[in-house]
Amino acid sequence: MNQLPQQLANGLILGALYGLVAIGYTMVYGIVQLINFAHGEIFMVGGFGALTAFLALPGGTTLWIAIPLMLVAGILVSVLVAIGAERFAYRPLRTAPRLAPLITAIGLSIALQQLVFSFYPDAKKARVFPQIPGSPFNIAGMTIQRSDLFLIVAAPVCMLALGWFVTKTRSGRAMQATSQDPDTAKLMGIDTDRIIVMAFAIGAAFAAVAAVAYGLRTGQIDWHMGFVLGLKAFTAAVLGGIGNIYGAMLGGLVLGLAEGLATAYIQHVPGMQLFGGGAWKDVWAFVLLIVVLLVRPQGLLGERVADRA
Amino acid sequence: MTALLEVEDLRVSYGKIEAVKGISFTVNQGEVTTLIGTNGAGKTTTLRTLSGLLRPTAGKITFDGQPLNTVPAHKIVALGLAHSPEGRHIFPRMSIEENLLLGAFLRRDPVGITEDVERAYTLFPILGERRKQAAGTLSGGEQQMLAMGRALMSRPKLLMLDEPSMGLSPLMMQKIMATIIELKSTGTTILLVEQNAQAALSLSDQGYVMETGRVVLTGTGTDLLHDESVRKAYLGED
Repeated sequence: MNQLPQQLANGLILGALYGLVAIGYTMVYGIVQLINFAHGEIFMVGGFGALTAFLALPGGTTLWIAIPLMLVAGILVSVLVAIGAERFAYRPLRTAPRLAPLITAIGLSIALQQLVFSFYPDAKKARVFPQIPGSPFNIAGMTIQRSDLFLIVAAPVCMLALGWFVTKTRSGRAMQATSQDPDTAKLMGIDTDRIIVMAFAIGAAFAAVAAVAYGLRTGQIDWHMGFVLGLKAFTAAVLGGIGNIYGAMLGGLVLGLAEGLATAYIQHVPGMQLFGGGAWKDVWAFVLLIVVLLVRPQGLLGERVADRA
Repeated sequence: MTALLEVEDLRVSYGKIEAVKGISFTVNQGEVTTLIGTNGAGKTTTLRTLSGLLRPTAGKITFDGQPLNTVPAHKIVALGLAHSPEGRHIFPRMSIEENLLLGAFLRRDPVGITEDVERAYTLFPILGERRKQAAGTLSGGEQQMLAMGRALMSRPKLLMLDEPSMGLSPLMMQKIMATIIELKSTGTTILLVEQNAQAALSLSDQGYVMETGRVVLTGTGTDLLHDESVRKAYLGED
């Protein structure tokens, strides 16, 4: 059986998930040159926010009502945590050497994990997340789980909305100006502090959407789910060209496809039998990153920016 | 003469290093006032402090009757003070037109904004021909025109120009200086910072000579042009 269509579908779905989370890394980096290593945990707490909303609903609530409410709750939690982190952890360090906020981000990441681990009921093991029931769809040799429909709809909607926001709205143009030259943006009358908060909030909202998609897809969430996914999403952001929102999504899709294809095909390459399968997919993801960065250090859609070393 | 901007005993520091050591000067309504001086004299620091990007450690800035010392940078342009920064600092990945529109970021009068964009294109026709082009692809002189046009888009009461002739060809420099004269003739008040003392002083009403953070000499543009020490130090005569 030809497994190519299935691997392409899996890769694209996984890639869209990476891409949604990658947006948060890339937007924050594009504006304050901070790699927000706590972003994986912003994603994770969004999942728990959504789960909390689901558990608060009366049993038997239809998912047509439950999912939007879970989304709202997840987004709310992620955005509040992200804005709090910006205000109290990163803003005081804005003029500090770059290593300081980076270490703060790592600390924050560990703190958020431990908070959920310690205080969320029964979070010491994975918590069951609702799934969209029903048999999977079979289209052109691909099997698509119903739960993945959420992501298939949400990812393009989010990207189109973000593209529109950045290019067509006043705040979006202010955001572009701030990322290109923050001091000069202030001279134009742009409140750059507000723009920075906005970048954190948008990234967090996208991470929460991704967390709901992740929960629906895997049927469970846990306190450390942000670690590997965050790392992959960060890889996607770098792969696509950090600072570029379309690059983040493209990087995510490329990374997801590479993982899917490597899982399925590497083991058939003569001499590579030991390096195929799911266990090695993360390695191949990073091999891809290294190869792309050797050829295009600025990433797939990144621009060489001489004035920003 | 009414003073639009009054600076009294202004001091600005970078950490422990004091770059501006208590300067005072006045910019009168409708006039061109110039700060000249060598590199490191504190001219750019002074302008960046006036527009709120730096904070004074002491002294008083009064603009249009209002103290500026604690007003955040993004609120100063709304008071009528526009700053065309040293090194031009156009937004490289945006088009010329988008750059101009950002200059009018706080304005809410679409009709007036459109008029002013066209006015900028009349002032600098080359910008009008390339309005959709990314600003980063322009030559230095064109970027300077864009930076000036962008600063004018807020309809400022006071236009601050930091080193508008820096790095430009003599021809382009003449064009920029001619534009400053043109703006002055339409009543724009200008605070100019220049290393090209000859050109700057010849079109200035008032001039201040700065050295290592202090004002060492004051006079009308013509006076300073004929001052012996200025001629020696800044106009390359001996």
